[in-house]
Amino acid sequence: MLKDSLTELLYVCCGLVCFYSVYKTLKDKEHPSKWPTALFWGIFGFIFAFSRIGLIWGNDQIKINDTVIGYLILVMAILSAFKLVKINKFSESTDEFKNTMSQKIGNMIFVPALALAIIAFLVAQFWTEQLGSLVALGIATVIALILALIITKGKFSDSAEDGRRLLELIGPLCILPQLLAALGSVFSTAGVGEVIANGISAVIPQGNILLGVIAYCVGMALFTMIMGNAFAAFAVITIGIGIPFVISQGANPVIASALALTAGYCGTLMTPMAANFNIVPTAILDIEDKKYGLIKYQVPVAITMLIIHIILMYVWAF
Amino acid sequence: MIKLIGILIIIVGFILKIDTIAVVILAGLITGLVAGIPFNDIITTLGSAFVTNRYMSIFIISLPVIGLLERYGLKERAAYLIGKIKAATVGRITSLYLIIRTLCAMFGLRIGGHVQFIRPLILPMAQGAANNRYGEVDEKDEQTIKGLEGAVENYGNFFGQNVFIAAGGVLLIVGVMQEQGYTVEAIDIAKASIPIALIIMIVGTLQFLYFDKKFDKKYKTVKVQEDINVKE
Repeated sequence: MLKDSLTELLYVCCGLVCFYSVYKTLKDKEHPSKWPTALFWGIFGFIFAFSRIGLIWGNDQIKINDTVIGYLILVMAILSAFKLVKINKFSESTDEFKNTMSQKIGNMIFVPALALAIIAFLVAQFWTEQLGSLVALGIATVIALILALIITKGKFSDSAEDGRRLLELIGPLCILPQLLAALGSVFSTAGVGEVIANGISAVIPQGNILLGVIAYCVGMALFTMIMGNAFAAFAVITIGIGIPFVISQGANPVIASALALTAGYCGTLMTPMAANFNIVPTAILDIEDKKYGLIKYQVPVAITMLIIHIILMYVWAF
Repeated sequence: MIKLIGILIIIVGFILKIDTIAVVILAGLITGLVAGIPFNDIITTLGSAFVTNRYMSIFIISLPVIGLLERYGLKERAAYLIGKIKAATVGRITSLYLIIRTLCAMFGLRIGGHVQFIRPLILPMAQGAANNRYGEVDEKDEQTIKGLEGAVENYGNFFGQNVFIAAGGVLLIVGVMQEQGYTVEAIDIAKASIPIALIIMIVGTLQFLYFDKKFDKKYKTVKVQEDINVKE
């Protein structure tokens, strides 16, 4: 299928950004941790580019064995745990250069930035079935890159350098979202969810509607915080708590279940386990506090929203 | 009960500020082992899930474009433009973005993203507004502005998306409920998600305007203080 091949091609491109990091790191004579850093980005790029390489031409048999990938991840984790993945200097433009260029180029500089956003949106909107939003981002990136090179008259090697600079600044953290998703799947296989649902349902008394509603909403938020993912929490908590303690007591199943999922999102706002929403953006936005830089502002809003969920479910679903 | 050991490891790891990646791997391995899953199978599950979730890191592909634009002064230009709008404040810009982002999510429009929108456009605008209104802001408030701009993207995205009937969350609810013997329609789930989408716009806006007040107060006093010092 076109969508699968293009998506895979996109992963190869991501791999290329990593490989460029490897190349520049190895060429860097003064790098403080040359080989481990190159190894880390090399493995990450390798998993990106080659783990399902056959899908590009529609052959799902040509791939790297998942067990091998698993051990490679262990190697990355060890490199990261011992703080062996480091950054050295990059070629960057000076503030003076930026100011002069921003005067010279003027508002045209927004054209590629807006093109990236708008084309990604339009393609995702009109070809959802055929291409999906990932491929849309890929197509938008290619067009935006061409526009950016024309408008700034910059060099392609500059953009490659900038790409690897941003990637290395994010650093080993960029594998965290995928790693946490993997942890979630180990938790599911091990049956952690059932233990929690059983634990909570053992404490709340049958027949008390308000306590049932609180347990359902707070349970969703808490379990989402543990798993880092409200989707994973939804089935477990709805079956374990929502149905016996809320819906079977007369709540409207539509309203109760809809509110339960967004109650879970309140949990997403409060957990470092949701790395792609809370941790990676701290790196993207260059925030010092990598763990709680976003979360500390989200917590008051999340708790307010959770209380509103409880009230709304109690009043509206019954 | 012993299966919960992974959660304990994560909580302790986070409190003691041990390397996050190491803690996560350790939690996974130990949870798998106490649940009686063979070591090789745990590794395979890990590898397979990691590969399936590569999409989470797809933003890497757009880093070269963003980087190049920043090299040629994208942020400086955005800050310059917003500086010309005197009524712009951090809180107002962020609130406006929250409303647009939530409405877009409600209609299933895929507008937004920390990489696509916040870093290149919204954050520089907010920083420009702050510098224009208060002069230089200190490092702590600089971090606060970044944190708020990161948060606004999550607010709009999370609480708006389920109003769109083809959203992943809506389909998940329909699927799970059907399996449990409750027939629910996607359109009804979407409708039931409207109040929360409206409420987040209000709650978020309150937070952002609160920070406007806080900044106003802080930098006004500093300014008055400076004026007094000058007179003396």
